Amino acid sequence: MTASSASTALPHPMSGAAAPKVQREPGPPAARHGAGHWQDKLFEHVTQFFALFVLLLLLAILGALTYAALPALSKFGFSFFTTNVWNPVTSDFGALAPIYGTLVTSAIALLIGVPVSFGIALFLTEMCPAALKRPLGTAVELLAAIPSIIYGMWGLFVFAPIFGDYVQPALKSVFGDLWILGPLFQGAPNGIGMLSAGFILSIMVIPFIASVMRDVFEIVPPVLKESAYGIGCTTWEVVWNIVLPYTKVGVIGGIMLGLGRALGETMAVTFVIGNAYKISASLFAPGNSIASSLANEFNEAADPIHRSSLIALGLVLFALTLVVLACSRLLIAQLAKGEGRKT
Amino acid sequence: MSGAAMTSLYRRRLFVNRFNLVASLATMAFGMAFLLWILGVLFYNGFTALSPTLFTQMTPPPGSAGGLLNAIAGSVVIVGVATFISTPIGILAGIYLAEFGREGWVAPATRFINDILLSAPSIVIGLFIYTVYVAQVGHFSGWAGSFALALIAIPVVVRTTENMLHLVPNSLREAAVALGAPMWKVILMVTLKAVRGGVITGVLLAVARMSGETAPLLFTALNNSFWSADMDGPMANLPVVIFQFAMSPFEDWKSLAWAGALLITLAVLIINILARSVFRQASVR
Repeated sequence: MTASSASTALPHPMSGAAAPKVQREPGPPAARHGAGHWQDKLFEHVTQFFALFVLLLLLAILGALTYAALPALSKFGFSFFTTNVWNPVTSDFGALAPIYGTLVTSAIALLIGVPVSFGIALFLTEMCPAALKRPLGTAVELLAAIPSIIYGMWGLFVFAPIFGDYVQPALKSVFGDLWILGPLFQGAPNGIGMLSAGFILSIMVIPFIASVMRDVFEIVPPVLKESAYGIGCTTWEVVWNIVLPYTKVGVIGGIMLGLGRALGETMAVTFVIGNAYKISASLFAPGNSIASSLANEFNEAADPIHRSSLIALGLVLFALTLVVLACSRLLIAQLAKGEGRKT
Repeated sequence: MSGAAMTSLYRRRLFVNRFNLVASLATMAFGMAFLLWILGVLFYNGFTALSPTLFTQMTPPPGSAGGLLNAIAGSVVIVGVATFISTPIGILAGIYLAEFGREGWVAPATRFINDILLSAPSIVIGLFIYTVYVAQVGHFSGWAGSFALALIAIPVVVRTTENMLHLVPNSLREAAVALGAPMWKVILMVTLKAVRGGVITGVLLAVARMSGETAPLLFTALNNSFWSADMDGPMANLPVVIFQFAMSPFEDWKSLAWAGALLITLAVLIINILARSVFRQASVR
């Protein structure tokens, strides 16, 4: 950051030492070169054009999807978001089931992923021997490098059968009879469904959340931690009472980043969620997320209103992730700013 | 406070500490276990399905043997074209953010949007290219696939280029300006050259990211069972072939899907390692 802010002083008069009389006239150094001036302007405008391209890309995506979703949105109105029908034969569409599936699988992903990521970040920053820090950190990042379709194949062919044979019956026998939790763990344990999709998502978001947590844990000023250790705190007490409160905002930002990833993850979910447009109380039941509906159906959708409904689903997904990711960025940026002030 | 109460408090704090640290160790083991499990399954199934015909034959109809030649070639072409599109755009936008973006609202806004696009759902990008390109032209095409992948790569390149340019010491820029070089020469021939390794790292990371993406290709490049060198028509590519074959009930297809999955993962991992080593070499110098 220092490099960028200090370089504001780049067009400094002193840099034009070869032409002393120009020093009296204020102005950018490029002005002295005459021929170079318009080239500099051109170069700046070209780079600015591409920066604006990136900026406008987001608006273009929103605009194009909204336009293409209009037929469905105007036909079904607000009930598109509140009804649970998905019938290509009668051209009747309501997005409640995929929206529900997206939210539930992402919630499961965070429920498992956040504590695990916290543990990994804690291990990497406080407990790990220095020699293992880099290799283990890289290994966690590898989880993010594996293409999501690999997670999907592993999930469908290897994980789901084991999950259905051993884990789900165990969950059913432990929680199945409880008062509130019970209905969540009912039904046929066949390994495919919302819970499996959420679990696989949780492994996919771990690298993102854990690496943000690790990075923000590392910016805690050592003097804070040392004073806590100095008055006799245990490692856990230092992390829980000093590190976590100090980095709270960044940690939440990291969780939001993971949520943004989980909401839009497509291939892994498509393989294991079961592709059924229904809302069931049980997490063992098959469902659908927005992304998996799109992946499964879009190319088969011949009816324009069917296609438009699917694009409307995509728009909902994009808007949702946009809000979540924007919050995440703002929170992480706020922590970085605060850090600059305190040090 | 009595001695007994003190020791019980100490014991509890010590116990809580130990318990949580062991739990933290367990989470690390949990993460590593899944990494090894997934890679183990992939390598086992992939290597058993690997054969020389993969690289010499086309994707087969169900029930007969074949290879993945057209899919491999298609993937290489689509990703290659996407790299050629995204690299200049990403680098130029990154230069603007790092070198010119100190005043005004354009740079901060772009930086913010870029960070969001970095994690935006890739399937939505595919949907976008479908609505603005595929639906207008009326047919799926390799071009559309490349455009979709390029949109995914651009934010990665922008971010790394900007970060790398910030690392260049200002004295270098000042020295170049003092020699009388115009700004565009300073940027292209001095600052950008100084961080060449880092920028290449960014491009490689973007290539790795694109190689594994499936969702944006579903609605753009689609698939093709035959050899196709025509970018203006549906084009076979590894991720979509893997998706289609893995979801099918045919054993031949499933084993080809595992072989393809292994190829993709190896490619992604090798490019990642390459990117890291390029970066390390560049930062050592």
